Amino acid sequence: MSTRLATGGRLIDRNKPLGFSFNGKRMTGYAGDTLASALLANGQMLVGRSFKYHRPRGIVARGAEEPNALANFGESAAFEPNQRMTTTPLTEGAVIASQNHWPSLEFDIGAINARMARFLPAGFYYKTFNWPRGFWKHIYEPFIRRSAGLGKAPKERDEDRYEHLYAFCDVLVIGGGIAGLVAAKAAGDSGQRVILIEQTGSWGGRAAVDGGQIDGIEVMQWIKETLQELEKNKNITIRPNTMGAGIYDHGYTLAYEQTHDLNAPRHRLWRIRAAKIITATGAIERPLSFANNDLPGVMLASAVRDYLADCGVSAGDRTVIVTNNDDAYRTAVALKEGGLEVPAILDARPDPLGQLVEKARDLGIRVEAGRGVASVTGKGRVQGVDVCLHAGEGAVLETIPCEAVAMSGGWSPVVHLWSHCRGKLIWDEEQAHFRPDPSRPPINHDGQGFVITAGSASGALQTNDVLADAHRAASGAGTPPVSDAISEGPIMPVWVMPQGAGIEKRAKMFLDYQNDVKVSDVQLAAQEGYESVEHAKRYTTLGMATDQGKLSNINGLAVLSDALHQPIPDTGTTTFRPPYTPISMASIAGDARGELFQPLRRTPLHDWHEDNGAHWEPVGQWRRPYAFVRTGESVDQAVAREVTATRTSLGLLDASTLGKIIVKGPDAGKFLDMMYTNMMSNLAVGKCRYGLMCSENGFLIDDGVVARMSEDTWLCHTTTGGADHIHGHMEEWLQTEWWDWKVYTANVTEQWAQIGIVGPNARKVLEKIGGIDVSAETLPFMTWAEGKLGGIPVRAFRISFSGELSYEIAVAANQGRALWDMLHAAGDEHGATSYGTEALHIMRAEKGFIMIGDETDGTVIPQDLGLDWAISKKKDDYLGKRAQARSHMTDRNRWKLVGLETLDGSVLPDGAYAVADGENANGQRKTQGRVTSTYQSPTLGRGIAMGLVSNGPDRMGDVLNFPDTDGKPHEARIVSPVFYDPDGEKQNV
Amino acid sequence: MSEPVSALNGASFGGYCDVTEIGLRGMVTLRGDLSAAAFKKVIEAETGLTVPGQRKIVHGKVVSLAWMSPDELLLLVSYRDAAATAARLADSLNHQHAMAVDVSDARASFRIEGSACREVLAKLAPVDLYPEAFGHGDIRRTRLAQVAGAIWMPDEASFEVVCFRSVARYVFDLLSEAARHGGQVGYPVET
Repeated sequence: MSTRLATGGRLIDRNKPLGFSFNGKRMTGYAGDTLASALLANGQMLVGRSFKYHRPRGIVARGAEEPNALANFGESAAFEPNQRMTTTPLTEGAVIASQNHWPSLEFDIGAINARMARFLPAGFYYKTFNWPRGFWKHIYEPFIRRSAGLGKAPKERDEDRYEHLYAFCDVLVIGGGIAGLVAAKAAGDSGQRVILIEQTGSWGGRAAVDGGQIDGIEVMQWIKETLQELEKNKNITIRPNTMGAGIYDHGYTLAYEQTHDLNAPRHRLWRIRAAKIITATGAIERPLSFANNDLPGVMLASAVRDYLADCGVSAGDRTVIVTNNDDAYRTAVALKEGGLEVPAILDARPDPLGQLVEKARDLGIRVEAGRGVASVTGKGRVQGVDVCLHAGEGAVLETIPCEAVAMSGGWSPVVHLWSHCRGKLIWDEEQAHFRPDPSRPPINHDGQGFVITAGSASGALQTNDVLADAHRAASGAGTPPVSDAISEGPIMPVWVMPQGAGIEKRAKMFLDYQNDVKVSDVQLAAQEGYESVEHAKRYTTLGMATDQGKLSNINGLAVLSDALHQPIPDTGTTTFRPPYTPISMASIAGDARGELFQPLRRTPLHDWHEDNGAHWEPVGQWRRPYAFVRTGESVDQAVAREVTATRTSLGLLDASTLGKIIVKGPDAGKFLDMMYTNMMSNLAVGKCRYGLMCSENGFLIDDGVVARMSEDTWLCHTTTGGADHIHGHMEEWLQTEWWDWKVYTANVTEQWAQIGIVGPNARKVLEKIGGIDVSAETLPFMTWAEGKLGGIPVRAFRISFSGELSYEIAVAANQGRALWDMLHAAGDEHGATSYGTEALHIMRAEKGFIMIGDETDGTVIPQDLGLDWAISKKKDDYLGKRAQARSHMTDRNRWKLVGLETLDGSVLPDGAYAVADGENANGQRKTQGRVTSTYQSPTLGRGIAMGLVSNGPDRMGDVLNFPDTDGKPHEARIVSPVFYDPDGEKQNV
Repeated sequence: MSEPVSALNGASFGGYCDVTEIGLRGMVTLRGDLSAAAFKKVIEAETGLTVPGQRKIVHGKVVSLAWMSPDELLLLVSYRDAAATAARLADSLNHQHAMAVDVSDARASFRIEGSACREVLAKLAPVDLYPEAFGHGDIRRTRLAQVAGAIWMPDEASFEVVCFRSVARYVFDLLSEAARHGGQVGYPVET
């Protein structure tokens, strides 16, 4: 069993014990522990079950590469699944639960999958569940869903806060090991702006554990002094607990900071733009593939000595070392010197010779050359190792009892960040790993590489090489630091142990722990023709788990290469994609949650609406009142009341959201004649004209009233949603096509609050307030004037979207509320009623006025809507003119605007289609029209609708059937779309 | 009764930096050929300031003049004077192709004060706010999280922020959240 030793542990503080629970069991750790080290300290080696076979799994690694130890972490609003125990710091009161087991970690029903392993081979999804067809939906998928899956989904809203930060630097150094420190120092010394980030909370990387001297001083001291020097340099920013998550084009980098501070935003996503990026990301130790290498207690050799050195935790009293390289001997030495037993070092190499080997031998450790592991024995955890000849087939020579196995298959540089923007790799035969090819870096806009690797990330595995490489990467001045590190003997590549292992053994050698991919699965994939590494990955799910194959990829593709009888570089690697390890969704959202999820645009009258029962409707990013609901009223009743009050007396509308664009210049008239289908250049100063705008494809995109302000200035009103994009549309044409036309535009939408004063008493209330002459003679329909209303400067537009006598009064936004209050006070005697968008819609529909987005959907041209009158015949050209002349656009059978009146007075379902006889090529019922707007008209006391019907205007009186989605028929007669006051007598008074 | 009221009526927030809505402020959008002597002459006569270069803002005693784009300037004046200033400029520019529009009511303005004010904005705007890259005299039209805005530093320890009036509440909430106690980063360096 693993345990905490009486002494040791450079990162833990034994004066600060922390209580926590694991699956409900109370345990104690220390400040400085990770969840993993704390669990090991409490003898908890079993921490989860595997994804597919539900095999018992323990902690394998010390850092980000950990495949097994994932936890449901925290409670309620701070709950988060899939937290990697090896990288999550222990906190007081932490609540940890293991994942992927049922009903309990120790007794798991899903483990039966393991006994069915031969029925769940590689590609079992594709093979097993294809037949019978109906079984997938009802049996296979629900079963897989229940047995698969890792953590639980959170049930509560996350209580923490998150943020982004934009940062810029000349040099970004990713990784705070000795290579990163050297590179940051060299770059900082040359006067560059440097950001140095480290994913863990401590500096120095492996060197801090493996010791030695740099420049004649103990490495820990060297790290401390170097950090102090970096901190002194104002141009260097240093962040621990910050992981380089992804590198994107042009030096854009995402770094993920976990603050571990309850008062701070929990995670901060750094969005860094760096001229040059140095990845000093180190290397990851590879596991060895031997039978039962997934039993809890089998760990990476480096992890075993890290837990010992960092946390004073031993993986077991007796640890057998299995290796193919010298580095694992460091673990043996550390354990032995820590007072623990190392019964044997099983070295696959026939003749290990390095200085570290000698050191181990000198300590009296038994070194067995040419030996391997036939199988790890034990039930649920390591109890012993069956020793065999590595060169053989696995005959057991002896069994060594032990509690832990420390394995090392060599080291692979962390090339992920180098590879995100397509930095290339080369296979290093001598060191048996892929390393970055410095001649093929990720390329920047100028054709130069913008990522450079430093230290072990370059493939430099000896300390002196690491230091020199990092110094070079940062173009450091002078000579690099030097260490007293001893030399290591060569590695011997080992991909399967023993090399002649039969299928029985290969089916128990796990490559990908989390996804339960074994050596036999990869070999089967190769046998079945999956030659591409990308295909084999997806077929077997190798490297597709949350650890992204950090431990399994190289071993897996080596096995694949062997099965395909080709050299490893011919097989290549799969694609490395960001993020390096999973980052929280919340960090990506940043501040965009709750009230800040999206900007909400408010008119100057917003607060009044809120205080007066507004039932809101989103219109673009605006909120507009749909209706003002009074106590005891339904929304529908409110809408009907608002329509009736407006039609019979006085309604007030907040029309501030309408777009307002000023177009000015000697060529403004010419420009507007191109923008609109009708003529705007001949509009007289002081007059208004309704206009239509089309895209160059002829489709109607916006409409609104244009007012001529002066000889060279027009004011274009757009729809609420159109304000920004119509302004953009104008600027695009001005900047790209007609750049030599003298026209300036300005979007002044928000400068003005705009209030509609609508109804038979509209004029009376304006006259009562007084100041501007709004008489029929001075201000006739479709004119505008400037003046003062109750002392406030205004522009009055005599326009109507309701069919009533109507004025739109524009007032500077900061005085909008004052005018609004004034209008309500003055209109009180007429029962002034503020109305919302639904009343507006009903009134415009009663008048047969179209609405962009209802009657149009991007496929409708003005001619479809009977708006031919608004298309100038005199103009040579306007945007959309040529498109509208195309044969399909002039087809008489196009769906055209009509009114629709149900035979029984009911309301037609919105969006319903009118059916026609027969079926189309897809076997669907043919259609001949659809409903575009449909309302209960309070004015007419019946349902009214508009729709687009094939050749509709020529079919007045025809009755069409509009079945609802439930199939219920709705019969409606084709009528004129103008239901109310067809002669316009009410608006023109 | 009809006194103008700014979008948030002078709201303020105290965090590790202070956020305050500045209140009413006059702004005039000017469009014209910034390289033309005739245009510059009119602007300089009205403001007493030299037309600023790309991404620069110049300050006088009561007015400021900011570069907005190759053919656009923003003139900051007192709210009371804005309409008259715009009208006067429009009149002076009458004989050239140019535009002067009062946009005072279309905007909201904020002040961020505190030694760490740079980082409050660095959380929201993709701008290099390192002192060597951005300081007094610079202006940037940029993005504040999801909306458009402009920022400049009236002095070395504060920022002014301008956005559209309709999103005043959103921007105020953003700035306040960014300035909340506990969230101090230490990047870019304090001023």
